[in-house]
Amino acid sequence: MGAVVALSNLLDARQVWRGRAAPLVEGEQPTGWAMLDAALPTRGWPDAALTEILLPADGIGELRLLLPTLARLTRGDRPVVLIAPPYAPCAMGWRQQGVNLQRLEIVDADEKQVLWAAEQCLRSGSCAAVLAWPQQADDRSLRRLQVAADTGRALAFVFRDRKHLANASPASLRLELAGMPHASLWIRKCRGGNTPAQAIPFNQAQRFSGEGWNPMAVMHVVHQHMHGAVDSGLRGNYALEKPSA
Amino acid sequence: MLWACLLLPQLALDGVLRGRADNSPLVLVDGPANARTVVAVNASAREAGLRIGQRLTAAQALLARFEAVPYAAADVARWQQFLASVAYRYSSQVALLPHAIVLEVSKSQSLFGSWAMMEHRLRTDFAALGFRYRIAAAPTPHGAYVLAGMSDGQTALSHQGLRQRLDDVPLGKSRLPAQAIDALPRMGVRRLGQLLGMPRDGLQRRFGAELLQAMDRLIGDLPAGLDLYMPPDAVDWTIELSHEVENVAALIFPLKRMTGDLAAYLSGRDGGVQRFLLKLEHRDLAATEVVISMLSPERNADVLFDAARGRLERIQLPAPVLTVRLIADDLPGFVPAGRDLFDERPANALPFEQLRERLRARLGDRAVYQWGSTIDPRPEHSQRIAAQDDAPLEPRPRPTWLLERPIPLRGALRVISGPERLETGWWDGGDTRRDYYILETELGQRAWAFCAPGEQSGWMLHGWFA
Repeated sequence: MGAVVALSNLLDARQVWRGRAAPLVEGEQPTGWAMLDAALPTRGWPDAALTEILLPADGIGELRLLLPTLARLTRGDRPVVLIAPPYAPCAMGWRQQGVNLQRLEIVDADEKQVLWAAEQCLRSGSCAAVLAWPQQADDRSLRRLQVAADTGRALAFVFRDRKHLANASPASLRLELAGMPHASLWIRKCRGGNTPAQAIPFNQAQRFSGEGWNPMAVMHVVHQHMHGAVDSGLRGNYALEKPSA
Repeated sequence: MLWACLLLPQLALDGVLRGRADNSPLVLVDGPANARTVVAVNASAREAGLRIGQRLTAAQALLARFEAVPYAAADVARWQQFLASVAYRYSSQVALLPHAIVLEVSKSQSLFGSWAMMEHRLRTDFAALGFRYRIAAAPTPHGAYVLAGMSDGQTALSHQGLRQRLDDVPLGKSRLPAQAIDALPRMGVRRLGQLLGMPRDGLQRRFGAELLQAMDRLIGDLPAGLDLYMPPDAVDWTIELSHEVENVAALIFPLKRMTGDLAAYLSGRDGGVQRFLLKLEHRDLAATEVVISMLSPERNADVLFDAARGRLERIQLPAPVLTVRLIADDLPGFVPAGRDLFDERPANALPFEQLRERLRARLGDRAVYQWGSTIDPRPEHSQRIAAQDDAPLEPRPRPTWLLERPIPLRGALRVISGPERLETGWWDGGDTRRDYYILETELGQRAWAFCAPGEQSGWMLHGWFA
C-alpha cells in the first residue's frame, strides 16, 4: 500500500475496464425496410447473429419482412437455407420478389433434427443466411445457434410462436409481428440499444418497391387498375415511404 | 532414374492391428494345428515376453490372456496391393517385390519436388494409414530394395553412391539367389563388394547365369525386369471384425479406416466415388446393405466418412455383424470444385457441397433440394424440385407460401383483390376452373384462396402472402 498510481496511467495501460460496451459497428445487412433500419442500433440486421421472429400465426408477413434481404443475399455466392418451412415456398412468388432460386436451398428435417441442421448450416460458414422453423427450441439450443451464427458469419432467423415472448431469449434481436388492427412490427429486444416504445408500421404496399422491386409487379398494379379491380388498400399505401435500397 | 523402395516388414501384423482400436496383446500364429508357432507379436505382447518363433503353447504359458490370430497370406497380398495403389499416386511405375513396394520417382519430381520432399510425403501417407515401413532410394529398384533392408532412410542418388553403399552389405542381406548366398561365405566372400569385384566368367561357371543377372539388375547394368502394378478399377474390401458387433457405434472405427483407405486409393488413381455400398454380413441372415450415394464424385476422407456414418447410424442392425465389406465400382473422374481467390466466406468454411452431403447423410437423400418454377399455370403443378429455373415471370401476384393441397378456409374474410380466373388443364384430364382471390383473415393474414367461378363462398386456401 501507499504507492500512488495515477489513474491516467492505469487507463492508458488498459488495465481498467470502464464499463462501456464496445461500440456497435453499423452492419452491412440492411433489412430493406427503411423504418426498421432506422429503429435498429446496427441500422440493419445484427450481422452474424441470431434474430428471433415471433408470429401470432403463419402467413402474417414473416416472409415479406425478409424477402428484400433474401433477394439481396441470393445474388451473392453463398446460398440461403430454409430449414423445415411450414409450407412449400411458392417458386413464382419468391421470384416475383427478386429472389434467385438457384441460391435457395430447402432442407426437410423432422422436429428433432431442425436445430441440428440449422447449427450445421450456420457453423459451416458456407451459408449467407439460415431460416429455421423449430417446433421445440429452448434457451440452450437458441444460444447454440447464436454461437454458430457467429462462428460461420451468417444471418440466423428463427420463427417461433408468439407465446414464447414471455420467455427470455439469447437472440440478438427479437421481433414480433402483428397482423391486427394493421400490420405492424414490434422490436422486443435489440442488443446494443433500447427497444422503441411504439410499433413500426409494416405495410403491404412496400412489397412493390425497394430491394425486391420488379417492373412486372408494378405492371400488375396498372393492369388491375385498368380493369377496374380497384384495390383501395394498395393505392392508398402506395405513396408511403419507400424502403431504403 | 531414381527408385524408392518402401519395405513393409510387418505387413500381416499391421493389417490386423489397424482394424482394432485397443492395444491388447496380440500375436499372429502359423503352422500345423499341433505345432503352431508365433510369427508376429505386437508391442504389448512383446513386453510380456512373447517372441517370434515361440510355440503357441510356450506363449500361453507366459501370458494368460492374449489374442492369437491366424496368419493369412491372402490378406498380406491384399494389403500390399492396397499400398501399391496408394503409392500409385506418386508414380506411374510401381512394382511389387516380396514385402516391399518400389516406385520410380525421378519423373514425378517436377510435380512433388525433390526426393527429400517426396520422402516426407510418403512417410506422412504411410504413417497415417497405420503401416510400419522403411524407405530407401537408389538408381535401381533392386538396389533400393537392398538398401531398405539395411536400415531406414538410406539414399543413394547416383550409381557410384549406390555401389559404395552396396560394397558393405553382408551377403545375407543382398537378396541374391539363395544357392549362391549359402555357398559364397564358405569361399570367404562375405560382403557384396567382394562379390561384385570377382571375375564374372568364374561366377557364371559356378553359379549359372542367374546370379550374374541378379547382380547386374542390382547395380543397373540390366533393366530391372519388373511387372508394373496396375490399380484395379473397382474396390471390394472386407474387414473381419474381431468379435460379433451388435451396436452400430462399434462399427464406426473400422468404417473410418475403410473410408480413409478409400480416399487414399481414390487420390492414388486421381478419381472420385459417387456411390458405394457397405455390406454388413451376419451369421444367418442376409447381409444388411447400406448404400451411400452422393450428389457429385467425392474423394475427401472426411466427406466419405461423414456420408457413410450418417447413413449407418440410421439403420437398425437385425443381427450381430461379423464382417464389413465395402464395394465401390462406380468410380468416375473427380473434378475439384473451383474456388474464388477472393472468397467472401470465412477462412475455415466448410464447402457447401460437403455441408449438403452431411445433411443428406443424416436427414435422407431427398432432404436437401431447390424449387424451380414450371410453365404450367395450375398452382399444383407450377413448381418442381429442380435446380434450373427458366420459366417466364408470372405477371399476376403469386403468394410466397404454397399449400401442397388446398384446404377449406373459414372465418370472417375480406376480399382484397380478385377474381383471377383460372380455367386450364384440359390436356391431361386435370381440368381446373377456379376464381382466385386475395383475402384478409381475422388475424390480418393475406390468403390466396379460390372458389367456384362467380360464387365467393366455399373458400379453399391455397397459399399465403406471408
